[in-house]
Amino acid sequence: MGVHTKARLLQPRGITIERRGTSTWRRELSAHAWLYVFVVPGIIYMLIFVFLPLLGLVMAFQRFSPYSGSGPFGAFIHSEFVGFDIFRGLFNGPDFWRVLRNTLAINISALIFYFPAPIILALLLHEIQNQAFKRTTQTIVYIPHFISWVIVGSITFQMFNAQDGILMMLIKQVFPNMPNVLSTPGAFIPMLLGQSMWKETGFGTIIYLAALASVDPQLYEAATVDGANRWQKMWNITLPGIVGTIVIMLILKLGQMLNTGYEQIFLMQNSLNRSVSDVFDTYIYTMSIINGNYSLGTAMGLFKSVVGMLLVIGSNSLSKRFGSSGLY
Amino acid sequence: MPKFKHALVKRSPMDMFAQVIIYILVGSFALITLLPFVYIFAGSFATDRELIERPFFLFPKTISFNAYKYIFDNGDIFRGLRNSLIVTVVGTTINMFFSTTLAYPLSRPYFKGKKFIFAMVLVSLLFTAGMVPNYLLVANILRLRNTYWSLWLPGAINMFNMLIIMNYFRSLPQEMEESAYMDGANDLQIFTRIMLPLSAPALASVSLFYAVSHWNSYFGAMMYISDRRWEVVQIMLRRIIFLTQSISSETGIDWGLLGEPPEKSIRLATTVFAVIPILLVYPFIQKYFTQGVMVGSIKG
Repeated sequence: MGVHTKARLLQPRGITIERRGTSTWRRELSAHAWLYVFVVPGIIYMLIFVFLPLLGLVMAFQRFSPYSGSGPFGAFIHSEFVGFDIFRGLFNGPDFWRVLRNTLAINISALIFYFPAPIILALLLHEIQNQAFKRTTQTIVYIPHFISWVIVGSITFQMFNAQDGILMMLIKQVFPNMPNVLSTPGAFIPMLLGQSMWKETGFGTIIYLAALASVDPQLYEAATVDGANRWQKMWNITLPGIVGTIVIMLILKLGQMLNTGYEQIFLMQNSLNRSVSDVFDTYIYTMSIINGNYSLGTAMGLFKSVVGMLLVIGSNSLSKRFGSSGLY
Repeated sequence: MPKFKHALVKRSPMDMFAQVIIYILVGSFALITLLPFVYIFAGSFATDRELIERPFFLFPKTISFNAYKYIFDNGDIFRGLRNSLIVTVVGTTINMFFSTTLAYPLSRPYFKGKKFIFAMVLVSLLFTAGMVPNYLLVANILRLRNTYWSLWLPGAINMFNMLIIMNYFRSLPQEMEESAYMDGANDLQIFTRIMLPLSAPALASVSLFYAVSHWNSYFGAMMYISDRRWEVVQIMLRRIIFLTQSISSETGIDWGLLGEPPEKSIRLATTVFAVIPILLVYPFIQKYFTQGVMVGSIKG
């Protein structure tokens, strides 16, 4: 290969100094033609599966009827436009507020009871000096993260069902008046939290343990020499070491306040606990996919997307203020 | 944790006590994690009578293989496992193709049009049309119902995973690429022969993220796949545990001398079948997943 060709190949990479202008542009296009081929599948994917559905949001402003027109898009054109009627109906009816209340109740409970669980476990694991014990425990507690919600749900179902669930029988022996866990509305959120804790506490420790690993060991050494006890060391060295991570995780959680894991909830939902178990996604699924009221589900989804986006943007800029690189 | 932490100072009785408490707490959490697995495994070999009369055991008094005999005779579970395997393997391949091809150009500083494509990625991250428009697109417009394309295409790129790969590409040293350019290689050759092999650890982590999520999810299959022949294992488990009142009425197998089918142990054994594949690959998964979580959290 001649010297001239080498120079031409190098130029687009910005190694040699280049002149700005259309000729550079064209040269870069031809030198890196493959890169423009590479992005084609990704762009087509986004156009079809991200941007095309956005046009479907028009249903939120229509009384959409799927059979009103022919061809794939006919129904979207021929359905009657009703302005904000769907939203008005939504906000004036009881369902929307019930779903919003349930979603917030689940997420706030999770924030209070489930969010601290991995932090506590990480702090405890950090105190363990026997490496074999520590590693074995970690290996065990990470397992449930990889187990599907269907399996978690089916284990719950088999341990807690009223006829022959092993734990339900145990509970009944101690508290004979205990209502059935799987169908009592009051037990629904504790049950979800229990499942989440069992499934995700262990795996959730990873990020905190990583933060703890970067705490300078000399600090502990110095504190020990100064006569600090275990508690004082945890409070003054360990905890400050992960407080940044905790704040970031908390803020990112706040950005997800309208999201609940619907795979989990949909499984544990039944006609007896529906008053507390209906959240956005399960309600949209039932109303639209099952019952065919597409406009209602679209409007609800649009509300959730808009508010969700604002929450994510807000929490993300907040987390950047705390020194994190943020989500994007 | 360095060994000298407590070695220099004599431990106080309080400290020893705290130490014991910590071991007990952590140990019992590990035990609580394991017990449900022990229960479904031990229970799947028990008779239904024992499961009801003597619910707490590590080893059943009467070991019965009836549940497994039923599952093997019936054979549905193997179809479910096979279907899930197909969904997972092909799905992950599609994910990786779409994700790496998008991530690579975005990771190159000299790629023009990066800003525009980034804007598209950001929109996908922040705003979704929601369940209904996506459902109508897949089911009514693309007509993918009862094909696995309905499970493969809508989530072909998870933008978070794509960004992990992109950041990894970015972090690779430039010298290899530059010398390849000198030798006359084009971007396709550099991508497939240098960049992908160099990124093996990140690609392994992300593939596992995708694979586990394909294997475990059921919502897509519930919405789009109604044909029993294409049922994946999660859907099958859900049907047997949550929806089926009586297994005998479901299958029409004559239980004759055996009497009633061992409903409870069949349910437990079916759960065992769904758990085992994950446990088999777990040692492999654990390493790359933890690594992947770290890669994801120190993104630039």
